[in-house]
Amino acid sequence: MAQYIALVQGYMAFGIGLIIGLGALGACIGIGIMGSKFLESAARQPELIPQLQKFMFLLAGLIDAAFLIGVGIAMFFGFANPLLSAVK
Amino acid sequence: MASGYETPSEYISHHLSNLKITVGEGGFWTVNIDTVIMSWLLGLVGLGAFWLVARGATTGVPGKLQSFIEMMVEFVDNTVKDVFPGDRKFLAPLALTIFVWVFMFNAMDLLPIDWVATVTGALGLHNWKAVPSTDLSATFAMSFTVFFLTLFFSFKAKGVGGFFHELFTAPFGGHPALWIPNLVLNIIELLAKPISLGMRLFGNMYAGELVFMLLGLLGMIASLSMGGLVAGAAAGVLTWAWAVFHILIIILQAFIFMVLSAVYIAMAHEHH
Repeated sequence: MAQYIALVQGYMAFGIGLIIGLGALGACIGIGIMGSKFLESAARQPELIPQLQKFMFLLAGLIDAAFLIGVGIAMFFGFANPLLSAVK
Repeated sequence: MASGYETPSEYISHHLSNLKITVGEGGFWTVNIDTVIMSWLLGLVGLGAFWLVARGATTGVPGKLQSFIEMMVEFVDNTVKDVFPGDRKFLAPLALTIFVWVFMFNAMDLLPIDWVATVTGALGLHNWKAVPSTDLSATFAMSFTVFFLTLFFSFKAKGVGGFFHELFTAPFGGHPALWIPNLVLNIIELLAKPISLGMRLFGNMYAGELVFMLLGLLGMIASLSMGGLVAGAAAGVLTWAWAVFHILIIILQAFIFMVLSAVYIAMAHEHH
């Protein structure tokens, strides 16, 4: 019995790490690409910086969305694991 | 505050569960009463403040509160004007309501959870979560309301027949063999919008609250040992840094919810 619980918990820890890590990877690369384009266009046309900044914040929130949803789900599995309660 | 909790996961699961009451049979009729009461209170406070200022507004030199409210109204109006060039008599007040209400929800996340728990515990209510946007029910309620508004405006702009015609013929074309692919794509697009809108707000706020709790747990071992003292100091600094970052996230998520709602309702007015 304890072995089943240990199995589920072991794999779950691995899974949580993957969810958060891969999500962070995608989100950071996305923000990096977007930020670099923003800086390029800000250098070309400084008078557009306020408008572009507004869109940049909007895009940052959208890019972070899937990552933070993943963090929420991973944390949920970390503390109130339904797979574990099924074994118990 | 560590007294009364047996383990760290009990502390966290105690703080992560809502106060529920049942009004009927089964899981569907279990109401998270703390979310309901908090969202009503915050709505009254936030939107009531706007209403009070609007009632007593002067056309002369405005006071500080009135200038602040005017700034917010103008900001939302400009944002909606960028997105929707038509008649925004309904859309701009809706956007302002969404922005203020979601911001009030999120701002509750800055209150220390143990203080809230002490106050509500003294009133006899346990498991009281002060942040309504960490409850999936609240965020989905708002995003599905926006979804139904989108459908309503689609019907108004294209007619019920036109809407269903578009459901089957956009984006690929009118050939009968393409009806099923068109329908599948359109249904996915229609459903993805409210689900992603609700889950984005929920995920951000839930993760933020969880990080606060975990940093609090880290600080709880400060009294135990020398190493614990270092951990406690680190937890204090990290909690401050995360709170500052979270202030940005709060405003950003409310802004994103508002802009996306306005964009979806504006898109519903388009024809193909």
